[in-house]
Amino acid sequence: MAALLEVKNLGISFGGLRAVDDFQVSINKGQLYGLIGPNGAGKTTVFNLLTGVYKPSEGVITLDSHNITGLKTVEINKAGIARTFQNIRLFKELSVIDNVKAGLHNHFKYSTLEGILRMPSYFKTEKAMNERAMELLKVFELDMEADYLAANLPYGKQRKLEIARALATEPKLLLLDEPAAGMNPNETKELMDTIRFVRDNFDMTILLIEHDMKLVSGICEELTVLNFGRILAQGPTGKVLNDPQVITAYLGE
Amino acid sequence: MKKLKINKNLKDNLITYGIIIIAYVIMQIMIKTGHVSSLMQGLLVPLCVYIILAVSLNLTVGILGELSLGHAGFMCVGAFTGAFFSKCMQDIITIDILRFVIAILIGAISAGIIGLLIGMPVLRLKGDYLAIVTLAFGEIIKNIINVLYIGKDSRGLHFSMKDSLSLGLDAEGTVIINGAQGITGTPKNSTFTIGVILIIITLFIVLNLIHSRDGRAIMSIRDNLIAAESIGINITKYKLMAFSISASLAGIAGVLYSHNLSSLMATPKNFGYNMSIMILVFVVLGGIGNIRGSIISAVILTLLPEVLRGLSNYRMLIYSIVLIVMMLFNWSPKLINLREKYSLKRLFKKPKEVQ
Amino acid sequence: MSFISYLINGISLGSVYAIIALGYTMVYGIAKMLNFAHGDVIMVGGFAVFFAVSMQGLPTFAGMLLAVVLCTVLGIAIEYIAYRPLRQAASSLAVLITAIGVSYFLQNVALLIFGANTKAFTSVVTIPAVKLANEQIIISGETIVTIISCIIIMTALTLFINKTKAGQAMLAVSEDKGAAQLMGINVNRTISLTFAIGSALAAIAGMLLCSAYPSLTPYTGSMPGIKAFVAAVFGGIGSIPGALIGGIVLGVIEILSKAYISSQLSDAIVFLVLIVVLLVKPTGILGKKIQEKV
Repeated sequence: MAALLEVKNLGISFGGLRAVDDFQVSINKGQLYGLIGPNGAGKTTVFNLLTGVYKPSEGVITLDSHNITGLKTVEINKAGIARTFQNIRLFKELSVIDNVKAGLHNHFKYSTLEGILRMPSYFKTEKAMNERAMELLKVFELDMEADYLAANLPYGKQRKLEIARALATEPKLLLLDEPAAGMNPNETKELMDTIRFVRDNFDMTILLIEHDMKLVSGICEELTVLNFGRILAQGPTGKVLNDPQVITAYLGE
Repeated sequence: MKKLKINKNLKDNLITYGIIIIAYVIMQIMIKTGHVSSLMQGLLVPLCVYIILAVSLNLTVGILGELSLGHAGFMCVGAFTGAFFSKCMQDIITIDILRFVIAILIGAISAGIIGLLIGMPVLRLKGDYLAIVTLAFGEIIKNIINVLYIGKDSRGLHFSMKDSLSLGLDAEGTVIINGAQGITGTPKNSTFTIGVILIIITLFIVLNLIHSRDGRAIMSIRDNLIAAESIGINITKYKLMAFSISASLAGIAGVLYSHNLSSLMATPKNFGYNMSIMILVFVVLGGIGNIRGSIISAVILTLLPEVLRGLSNYRMLIYSIVLIVMMLFNWSPKLINLREKYSLKRLFKKPKEVQ
Repeated sequence: MSFISYLINGISLGSVYAIIALGYTMVYGIAKMLNFAHGDVIMVGGFAVFFAVSMQGLPTFAGMLLAVVLCTVLGIAIEYIAYRPLRQAASSLAVLITAIGVSYFLQNVALLIFGANTKAFTSVVTIPAVKLANEQIIISGETIVTIISCIIIMTALTLFINKTKAGQAMLAVSEDKGAAQLMGINVNRTISLTFAIGSALAAIAGMLLCSAYPSLTPYTGSMPGIKAFVAAVFGGIGSIPGALIGGIVLGVIEILSKAYISSQLSDAIVFLVLIVVLLVKPTGILGKKIQEKV
């Protein structure tokens, strides 16, 4: 069976700078995959390439045997990739539930006119959306805060809401950009459980960027290590983390 | 809980409609009992115009989150297309109300189309750049109307950009749009009641749009464009939707405006950037994104200069000072802190300002 | 031949726009705000000269000095009273609206003092006109002085920003207020200085504008102000050479389209050119590209 995400020879340059070079990865369905590396190694750039924020200078990205290279962000999301952001990007002036409902946008539809004229389809669809959104919020224990403004949530819950919103788009592949950033060890542990839960219950494939080695070694099955935009090591987590090259890259000479 | 949410919006909206209807009823009673000066009565239709403009601009500024300084341009399009239609059809459609309703639809549609055409290229720009370009478009629309000549005779319609003579009308032809002289003799169909009905229709469209799937998409773009894209929301489509609906509602205001005047001219005063700015002032003072606030500030700021008329020369000066002081009072972080420290309001209500 | 006259007039008008645009561009670059009242400072400058010279009979030079001093103080005061409290405001619209309030305020103060009637402005320029090519081209003294002033101001300002400590501080604040503050730069004072310079330039622009087009009303500054802002955006807001290029291009387009196309449509043409430029290059001709980090 072909991998869910197949990336070959991916690269991009900004001006003269080679930000990512010859990146490749193959992630199977249901896998929990980690992308690690020192600051500035190009991890987020890889995410931006995968989600169409940047157009790759070269390379091919295949998702579920569809070529999605060079598609726009919106189309890539529709094709099945959803993501979170390193610097949280919520819809701050919307309520928590509306953040998730915005994620449901492409799966629950009624026309503008039906919405303005409040036709039966409006009430029916909105009701279904509310139910689905509450289900998702429950998974992340955000259901009690459904009517809060997203901006008023504490930091850890904002991160969770971002994941809930991404899941609402019903992706095949979920990209998490430093989900544990700014969390204390307890919160991180809880997050690890949530990530596993999402993988198991949503039948999800997850690629995550993380600095927290506990989290990475705790949940990732395979890893790719980036350094200076190039792959330094790739393979099963235990093996990669013991690679002397990787240790050097992290700890210095 | 989820049920509760819809009900909360509904309740909020009903209060807004209620305020309008109660204000209308009170006004009608006061007019009937002779408590309203003719000067005030003359202000009622313009007041409705301003409210519609403010609510519609809030859709662009508060809900879509883009600064537009060309709203008067869309009003201008509505005013002229609506008045043009009424003038042409004055003898053909003799039922006033029917003709007026069609004129309103035509004004709304043409302003909406112009909004769409302008929005397509310019909505890629951001912030102050978008503001200056919309301002530019508003001025262009006004300038073009000022050199536009359209006449009607037995052979049909004639256009010119030079003068009324080059229209080449035959003996019984009439000039309908006469360049800088504009349109004269538009039937005066606008009334306070129609104005209020149009306000309610505007509110109905805007409020229902906001609390729907499309409204959520529009607001998600406002709050975080990159995140909105990442969850598959079509940015261009929703920006254009908000912008053109906002434009077409401004067009409705324009039709209402033009059918309240016997002579319609596009001057810097009524359709220039000063007007656009005035509408923006309504929106900002009422609270960006706060529809009810737009209505209230439009009412206060329209009536304020008139109430201050006794102070004749000083009224515009006072108006400007009030504007500056209110902005400082509402938005200065230091003053906000100070207010929160000493205000009783916090005891029973949390501030509803944009964070 | 008439084309050359028009071109020179266009450059002259464009020079005025450029001087005004400098004020917009500097303030925008440093305070990141659109100072809508800038155009009205021009008007104040015009009235100051009118008051001193035509009403009080003071020598022209004294009037000019008064205008520059008055506008400089006014600029600093406006920033201090109306804009500074809103610098950290949640919405950048707040300060824009306040600027609009200041603009109305200045117009109405002038209206109260001087009335709405158009005042005939006596030119501050006494240089005779230059006649070229058998008197087919006549360049007025105002035109010459305007163009020369513009060149001097541009040169002086560029030198000031690149060679002086205060100028470097301005650059630093426009790049990053927080970092500048950490480096020991007094941000408030630097912003005040920017408003002072911008307003002094507005006073000069006011005198030149009123000398070339000698009618003065409380609304005189408003349209040139808008056009100068357009010029600043056109050239790339925040950029001093951009203001020069934008101003000159705008002035030339305006005069040429008045002469050859339609005087009523000249503004529309000016604005149309702006729109086209922005659509092709969204941050203006010399503007920097800004990209949001994801």
